[in-house]
Amino acid sequence: MTTQSPYVLRTQGVTKYFYDPEKFQVLKNINLTVNRGEFLSLVGKSGCGKSTLMYVLSTMDTDYEGELEIAGERLTGKKQNELAQFRNNHIGFVFQFHYLLPEFTVLQNVMIPALKLGKYSNSEIEHRAIEKLTLLGMQEFAHKRTNKLSGGQQQRVAIARALINDPDIIMGDEPTGNLDSYNSNIVFDIFRELTSAYKQTIIAVTHDDEFAKKTDRVVVMSDGKITTN
Amino acid sequence: MRMNLNSYKLSFSIALVHLVSKPKQTIIAMLGVTFGIGMFIALVSLMTGLNDFTEEITMTSSPDIHIYHDITEKRSSILEQLNPQGLNWVHHQKPKNETLRLRNASQLIDLIRKDDRMIGVAPTLSSQVFYNYGSVQLNGLILGVEILEEDKLFDLQSKMKEGRLEDLLSYHEGIIMGSGIAKKLNIKKGDRVVITTPQGFTKTLKVVGIFQIGIGTVDNVRSYANISMVQTILQQDQAYITDINIKVKDRHQAKEIAKELQAKFIYKSEDWETANATMLTGSNVRNIITYAVSFTLLVVAGFGIYNILNMTIYNKMKDIAILKAMGFAGKDVRTIFMIQSLAIGLVGGLIGLLVGFILSYMIAQVPFDGGDIINLEHFPVNFKSKYYVIGIIFGVTTTAIAGYMPSRKAARIDPIEILRGQ
Repeated sequence: MTTQSPYVLRTQGVTKYFYDPEKFQVLKNINLTVNRGEFLSLVGKSGCGKSTLMYVLSTMDTDYEGELEIAGERLTGKKQNELAQFRNNHIGFVFQFHYLLPEFTVLQNVMIPALKLGKYSNSEIEHRAIEKLTLLGMQEFAHKRTNKLSGGQQQRVAIARALINDPDIIMGDEPTGNLDSYNSNIVFDIFRELTSAYKQTIIAVTHDDEFAKKTDRVVVMSDGKITTN
Repeated sequence: MRMNLNSYKLSFSIALVHLVSKPKQTIIAMLGVTFGIGMFIALVSLMTGLNDFTEEITMTSSPDIHIYHDITEKRSSILEQLNPQGLNWVHHQKPKNETLRLRNASQLIDLIRKDDRMIGVAPTLSSQVFYNYGSVQLNGLILGVEILEEDKLFDLQSKMKEGRLEDLLSYHEGIIMGSGIAKKLNIKKGDRVVITTPQGFTKTLKVVGIFQIGIGTVDNVRSYANISMVQTILQQDQAYITDINIKVKDRHQAKEIAKELQAKFIYKSEDWETANATMLTGSNVRNIITYAVSFTLLVVAGFGIYNILNMTIYNKMKDIAILKAMGFAGKDVRTIFMIQSLAIGLVGGLIGLLVGFILSYMIAQVPFDGGDIINLEHFPVNFKSKYYVIGIIFGVTTTAIAGYMPSRKAARIDPIEILRGQ
């Protein structure tokens, strides 16, 4: 948000090994630049390393070689606590499963990352959460428990939660992997609208070719390398 | 700073929701702590009540320091004195025929009184006597005392059932008798009693008061008279004193002071702790039992909390993972679970204090028949706030320790392993 550079994420020579059961190079010299407002999908066969790459990009995985930069900030070598703070502020997540907290209402779930960030007052956060829910057509369920919702609705709440702190990037790990085609389309349309109307950057790992085809840019991976960019 | 506070508030509300959403589990964990603390309070109240009671008894029956001439003290034989380097063996040496008299007693007393660590110094002499009741003779003990000095040591004024201490001063041939012996002799204030010493000296004394200390072994035999009176019946001179009793300002210094006095005056000088070693051993054993049992109960409660928290964390793996993905640091996650265990400890502990108070209140109502030996109607129970503070600190510390390990484990959960799932 603060940087004027066109790219929001950049990696240089990211390489990663798995050591269990034996040493295996899972990522090989990945150089990737993602521009602001880009809707990017990361595809490839099972085991090609696309998920592993995404978790490196997400800053949760710090065990790699090379450089990672997001929103103008070099993240390689930072401490876990600083990275947690960074994720809270700059990255939103949507996973295959919704991972909503079952004891809380829809509204509370959406508010939690913002409460953690503590940038706004509680009433402002609530207002913003309602806004995000409205954007996703979920405002009427705000005070329901999350386990009362359908799978598609839960995923939409998860997207609202990912948006609450106006992140620089939304990262999705198979965001439609657990949804039927109807709900998949809804989620895709939401992503599409976010990128075109709000200049939201989205990186999604998927093995759904339909989904990938409709995105702005498809990055194909094979054997730990980017083959088509 | 605001961010920090917010983050604690958030951790707190998440912890609270976790506790409330599993009420059964929470209540069971709390009950463990409640039971532990409750039993601790009840036990400690009763045990310290008993300890205080025995201590009070020892205080009323023995002085802080008692100086006397111990004629049974082992002495070196003449052979050893003559031939100190040799290998001597004297078989079954008997005590010399010595008098119990403390030499220069009045000078000793003056010296001791100058020491500002002392509150009261009471010279005493005692004699076995027979109280004559018609044709029956009852065995007893008469103490010759300066009654007001004796009062400073043993608070006799509050133990008087009839008459006043001062009456003994104004009436030279008076006697203050123990309630037990007075009852046996069927004697009231104003009656006369005939006493006989083992040496055969007989005297008639007027009863000016009756006291009750509450210990049968004292009340059933002892009576007080003026020093000069007892010197007369023992047919001794005015300087004849056999014992000096001392009250010191700090009872716990008695041992040191007693040693000092013994070194200075040669005479045997015994402190209250040594004189009542058996009773005090009882107190120590009771203390050990109390703390051992309470500690065990709390450790069991701690294991309960450890288990329940481990289970909660296992069930909440996904929640923890997503919280960490969304920006909760390890310490935030740890805080969430530490708050849960501390809340269980604090609430369970406070209820435990209440339960403990009710239990000890009930114990205090239980009648206890001390018989002739001690004068006690109910179990003695302590209600000192000190033990309630110890109890809650004890409880919260246990839960904090029990909660720390699972909380640390939760903080170390790697979100990737769970979120990748597939």
